[in-house]
Amino acid sequence: MRKIGIVDYRAGNSESVAAALSAINVPFAMVNSPESLAAVDAIVMPGVGSAGATMDSLSELGLIAPMSEFVMQRRRPYLGICVGLQVVFAHSEEGDATCLGWLPGTVRRFCEADVRIPQIGWNEVRKARDHPIFEGIQGGCYTYFVNSYHALPEDEHVVVGTTDYGGRSIAIIGKDNVWATQFHIEKSGPVGLRMLKNFAVESAKC
Amino acid sequence: MLTKRIIACLDVVDGMVTKARKFQNNIEIRPAVDVISDLYDDGIDEVIFYDIKASSDKRPIDLRTVRMVAGRIFVPFTVGGGIRDLSDMMAVLGAGAEKISIDSMAVRNPEIISHGAREFGRQCMVVSMQVKRVKRSVTIPTGFEIAIDGAREFTGMDALDWAKRAVDLGAGELCVNSIDQDGTHAGFDIELMDAICDSVNVPVIASGGAGTTRHVADVLRTGASAAIVSSMLYSPRLPRNFPCAEIKNFLIKDGIHVRPDFEISPAHN
Repeated sequence: MRKIGIVDYRAGNSESVAAALSAINVPFAMVNSPESLAAVDAIVMPGVGSAGATMDSLSELGLIAPMSEFVMQRRRPYLGICVGLQVVFAHSEEGDATCLGWLPGTVRRFCEADVRIPQIGWNEVRKARDHPIFEGIQGGCYTYFVNSYHALPEDEHVVVGTTDYGGRSIAIIGKDNVWATQFHIEKSGPVGLRMLKNFAVESAKC
Repeated sequence: MLTKRIIACLDVVDGMVTKARKFQNNIEIRPAVDVISDLYDDGIDEVIFYDIKASSDKRPIDLRTVRMVAGRIFVPFTVGGGIRDLSDMMAVLGAGAEKISIDSMAVRNPEIISHGAREFGRQCMVVSMQVKRVKRSVTIPTGFEIAIDGAREFTGMDALDWAKRAVDLGAGELCVNSIDQDGTHAGFDIELMDAICDSVNVPVIASGGAGTTRHVADVLRTGASAAIVSSMLYSPRLPRNFPCAEIKNFLIKDGIHVRPDFEISPAHN
């Protein structure tokens, strides 16, 4: 199996992702510089906190351009988690942040009048279309979400899974080598571990 | 739709899970890592871990146990007890916890909530509160007072005022424990949970009093997002314990939406 890099930035939860990859016997290395990025075949971008703070951290590590080259030019596999999904889009309302812009779309706050914010807990993911991330997962798919903001992709074709929190919201996106989950895949029990494994298996094919 | 969560809250001393009744007579049970591993395998939605003597012993939190737990369970995991500042929070999160729970320290130094929220995001900050029913007064108009330091010291603060203030400061979630019901196994304080849930717009975890599956269903019909069920899961003081799956099956039959247990092809290979 090829080596997966975990983007390790300030206030990210790279250790939790590392623990999950260890549990499913997937080799990984921490990525916190352009040099360490060059040594891996795929990346997982964990995320907690805000999109703006995450972009600032990536910028301090000098990773923005190298990550874009890695994912968008070299077409290496990317798995974004939570804020790692949100930063894939062009812009986030949270702190009015300019993000990576790999996919057209924006990130907005849930409506205060409709729901408790943040969303914290297990929500059901509905399959929008078939995707390798669902391999081996039958029946209901419940995963752990922690978010105050949600993505609004311009291109509906990138939507792989949705959930319901005061209306439909994006749970999983997939466009070629770019995969991302709004929920915490590393904290979603056996379902999350299986999805991580599916990413590792697909990455090995690239 | 977001499901209601069943949370195991463990009081840990020197790596061992203990269970107290009304904050007294702790009795030792089993190594925390073993208890938590079993709960994970049985479908628990979340675990809260209190290093209950870190504060009183004036020592840092037991990071070794936190790390071992984080390597074994893949559901959210909150750590509390003995957290004094941002560097303590950083250490706990770095050891693999998702959330920080602060209780007495938040009352003494409310700024710690806003500092933590700014640094790690409000979703990381759980403000835990110990609430006691008292006579209504000018300072405690709702008749619910906040206590600290293992419910030994009363603060003169109204619980609803404190709940709103904690959220304004950056709490992403509140864990509300009824001192009157704690360890009694006689049911949650529904009125208290209703009052808190109505006054804030963040998720509320109900704690204190779970003894039967009916108690859990009753509290999850309030605005509470989650219920803590520690004693039911493992306390030797109850006539019998309830596996997490049994609690969930009861809730599903009772019309409460929880994360069901279902078959999945294992990822471990």
